[in-house]
Amino acid sequence: MSQASKSDAARSHLNVMRTELGRVRGLGSAKSGVHHWWVQRLTALALVPLSLWFIGAVLVLKDRPRLDVAHWIASPINTVLLIALVVASFHHMQLGLQVVIEDYVHGERARFALLILMKGASFLLGLAGVVSVLRLAF
Amino acid sequence: MNDVRDTLMVGRATDGRLVRRPLSPHLQVYRPQITSVLSIMHRFTGVALSAGTLLLVAWLVAAAKSAGAYAAVAGFIGSWIGLILLFGWTAALFFHLLNGIRHLAWDAGYGFELPEVHASGWTVVAGTAALTVLAWIIAFTVV
Repeated sequence: MSQASKSDAARSHLNVMRTELGRVRGLGSAKSGVHHWWVQRLTALALVPLSLWFIGAVLVLKDRPRLDVAHWIASPINTVLLIALVVASFHHMQLGLQVVIEDYVHGERARFALLILMKGASFLLGLAGVVSVLRLAF
Repeated sequence: MNDVRDTLMVGRATDGRLVRRPLSPHLQVYRPQITSVLSIMHRFTGVALSAGTLLLVAWLVAAAKSAGAYAAVAGFIGSWIGLILLFGWTAALFFHLLNGIRHLAWDAGYGFELPEVHASGWTVVAGTAALTVLAWIIAFTVV
């Protein structure tokens, strides 16, 4: 940045009487600040224990008949953890796929259509998973 | 600009001005390294796992629906194609999980020195192989 534009920026900052933090909040390419980044990290953190637990569960349930599996899913702790796994997975997934689409699909319309399609499909699939778990729980 | 690598330092600011700064590794110019390979692998396994969530949902929906539906899904997973998909899914999951922890450590400000980056990268590769093999040994031996 040149010296002239720097002092211009400093002066306009004084004029609007807002803090620098207040001025950058809500910025970034999606106008949502760091929300996307932060939620992706939170869901990642949640998925570390949840996915390890799920792999362990699958190893235990793999050859069991459906009624055993349904019974296992209906146990309250498993119900809660399974729903948490499904919600965190799909939320994390749609955030990640969004970035992939934004990186590689350049046409404005195609990108918009693909994003909506992906988000809608993620939502429906996640909902199907949650409802299935609840059906077995109640 | 005396060095050919300087061509990797020419970018544009948002207002269109030419600026000199390091750019992303250019696939045509850079030799694959553990850093760049694991980076694209993280994205690749993420997309693969997205496809894998279909299997998770199919399993849950089938369990909620009927004995016949569950038998069909379990039968597909137990088939050769299903087992190969499941093997890829576990490997992708362990990689994305371990490399994700590596990313979270970076986000927290740790492990940025190049020797550390290389060491954590190879740890992820070894850990992925070990956990995948371990999971499948358990799957085939413990009933």
